[in-house]
Amino acid sequence: MGLKKILDNMKPAFQEGGKLSAFGSLFDAAETFFYVPNETAKVHGAQIHDAIDSKRSIFFVVIALLPALVFGMYNIGLQHNIAVGCCTDDVLGCFLYGLAAMLPKIVVSYAVGLGIEVAIAQCKKEEVHEGFFVTGILIPMIVPVNCPLWILAVATAFAVVFAKEVFGGTGMNIFNPALVTRAFLFFAYPSMMSGDKVWVNENYMDCINGTIDGYSAATPLGQLGAGEAVTCSPMDTIIGTIPGSIGETSVIAIGIGALILIWAGIASWKIIVSTFVGGALMAYLLRYDGAQNFEWWEQLTVGGFAFGAVFMATDPVTAARTECGKYIYGFLIGVMAIIIRVLNPGFPEGMMLAILLMNVFAPLIDYCFVQSNINKRAKRAAK
Amino acid sequence: MANVIKLRKGLNINLKGKAAAQVSAVPASKVYGLVPDAFYGMKPKVVVKEGDEVKAGDALFVNKLHPEMKFVSPVSGKVTLVERGERRKVLSVQVEAASSQEYVDFGKQDPSSLGGEQVKSALLESGLFGLLVQRPYAVVPNPDETPKAIFVSAFSDMPLAADFEGVVLNGQEADFQTGITALSKIAKVYLGVQPGSKLVQTKDAVVTVFDGKCPAGNVGVQINHVNPINKGEVVWTIGAEEVIFIGRLFNEGKADFTRTIAVAGSEIKAPEYKKVLVGAKVADIVAGNVATDKKVRLIDGNPLTGMKTSEDAFLYAHTTEVTAIPEGDDADELFGWISPRVNEFSVSRSYFTWLQSSKKEYVLDARVKGGHRHMIFSGEYDSVFPMDIYPEQLVKAIIAGDIDRMEALGIYEVAPEDFTVAEFVDSSKVELQRIVREGLDMLRKENE
Repeated sequence: MGLKKILDNMKPAFQEGGKLSAFGSLFDAAETFFYVPNETAKVHGAQIHDAIDSKRSIFFVVIALLPALVFGMYNIGLQHNIAVGCCTDDVLGCFLYGLAAMLPKIVVSYAVGLGIEVAIAQCKKEEVHEGFFVTGILIPMIVPVNCPLWILAVATAFAVVFAKEVFGGTGMNIFNPALVTRAFLFFAYPSMMSGDKVWVNENYMDCINGTIDGYSAATPLGQLGAGEAVTCSPMDTIIGTIPGSIGETSVIAIGIGALILIWAGIASWKIIVSTFVGGALMAYLLRYDGAQNFEWWEQLTVGGFAFGAVFMATDPVTAARTECGKYIYGFLIGVMAIIIRVLNPGFPEGMMLAILLMNVFAPLIDYCFVQSNINKRAKRAAK
Repeated sequence: MANVIKLRKGLNINLKGKAAAQVSAVPASKVYGLVPDAFYGMKPKVVVKEGDEVKAGDALFVNKLHPEMKFVSPVSGKVTLVERGERRKVLSVQVEAASSQEYVDFGKQDPSSLGGEQVKSALLESGLFGLLVQRPYAVVPNPDETPKAIFVSAFSDMPLAADFEGVVLNGQEADFQTGITALSKIAKVYLGVQPGSKLVQTKDAVVTVFDGKCPAGNVGVQINHVNPINKGEVVWTIGAEEVIFIGRLFNEGKADFTRTIAVAGSEIKAPEYKKVLVGAKVADIVAGNVATDKKVRLIDGNPLTGMKTSEDAFLYAHTTEVTAIPEGDDADELFGWISPRVNEFSVSRSYFTWLQSSKKEYVLDARVKGGHRHMIFSGEYDSVFPMDIYPEQLVKAIIAGDIDRMEALGIYEVAPEDFTVAEFVDSSKVELQRIVREGLDMLRKENE
């Protein structure tokens, strides 16, 4: 085959001692992207292997993110058109507007993150790991549409270096890198991340449908935090035609992603279900008395709760790794997210902080279950 | 009635080329070779010289630390070569078979009238003791120790494995029973069988039925459920067919290493059972029976627990099947991370294995099929590891070299073969069996 020959011909230059050996990792990444490695099993050890590899699993997560991404793009356009007051029923127009607003973010996120990963893999003489393909698409989806590109680039670089590579790369990190990006933005540039000015795109192509200036669109959580009445209906929050971070608004699109992930066995259903159970329980206990038109269960449909439960909490590296531990891990994320939302006056949204907090505690949860196994064994030996 | 233990975790891998239930003879090899590496953890001291005449049952080498433990020639003839590798390591001791076979007479005995020490010395003398495996460490046992129990698994559910009860045992039931009786003189014998087995009638053994998927037939899994090993305890295990060897020793008075092995796999033209002698040349076993249209990997053992071998190699002492699968290093599959790949087998539903009938037989090649990564996805090992042990945490403790934690997490109970299904399903392609072997060696060195 032609492509294989081209790659084979290029290979010597990229290997140790070759002219382009400084780009060896990049070549390696490209080669394994095109072809399944032909490496065969060693003399000892399993001689056959399952066809699944981390590349396929990771790309299935990207596929699962697509419904939320596509809807998010449409919603960017829709929110813009609502603000300018025209063309809200032009679905294709809304989508194309959103696509144009979103693409630069995706490009920046991938370019910065993958650039750093490839460089570090080259220094360590390792293969480039595919983990960033998920992180790189998650990052643009969890920021407000008005987030400037340079800030996105700085935050991505910070997260890749300090949340992932310093720990040893994919599989070794303690915190979810995408959430660290968001936390970095949240604390370093708070004015870009919350309030009611950031959710509607003002920067691009204003001329197409008219200009907007100083338009404010508050998210349901923002309204709750400010003690105002929520203006959108439960149906809006489930379909997702509300202001919010790009990927988080549509419960339906996220639900499709969740089904893909659970079906493929990539995300743990235990974590997703227990997160919703924990959130529902806490929301019921702390249900609002003041806010009109807002039922306790709507807490689960607004903000980043569903998106976090499906795509962030289930990151296998930073979640609890014992099967029983996953129930507790997810449950506590749900509980903490609602506690932060409702009881803390400073943060209208609690999902990000809840997941990062439980990332810290995941090893402790695992420790308890592993230790009980150890104790059982010690007790048996002492008999 | 035998106790039944149901195991939920595991994975059956249905490979193409299962051996048909018929046994044929293989012409005798010219040269037989006994490979010391087959007896893991034993340092050999060769006791014959090139040119010596030996009978079947004469020692070729002994255990350096326990010279009473002999490893005997499977055939009578002339010692032609003591093959040595780097640092004079003994690779094999080769014997040219004589035209007529003579056996050393160890004397017929009724094991039920013997004591444990007498059985043990008979096994040591006849070269059968070396077929036992000791846990912890999965090594040749120390004959000075008395185990708390001896475990035998009468079935293997590994892909392409020989069917012990259906084929291998036929006509040798009496020898099997004698072997079990002999072992029961040394320690309590536990026998693991599959559901519906006639072996529940076996005397002098505690029989347990294991109902589950692969690796339920692994003796390590069975130990873990019946009588787990604690720190400081020792158990011995032995293959079911090797119990027949012991039976033959007492019933016939000779060390007869004739096995009925499965010659199987997608690249074997006529998969069936063959009667062969331990140490036979692999080339003689598979002669004319291997596909020639592609690169083939010959495996001494089954594709999960076996090792890559070649036609020039000798059959290892513990081997119960020889299998052949495509090597696959010229496959060049495009876009493997997204294309459907309907002929691939996977536990992941991102492939279409779940859509296929469970009877579909797969042709799997020897490719690793992915890049090596740190452990990313959790719960993969756990779902195919039917023991009360946290496999991932144990493997991490071994990688970290943390001896206390390895002990605490149960390394004494495992052997590399127990991790083979986990190694198969692992999407990060970690070499679990190698890591576990290293951990066991590390611990053994520490404790000795």
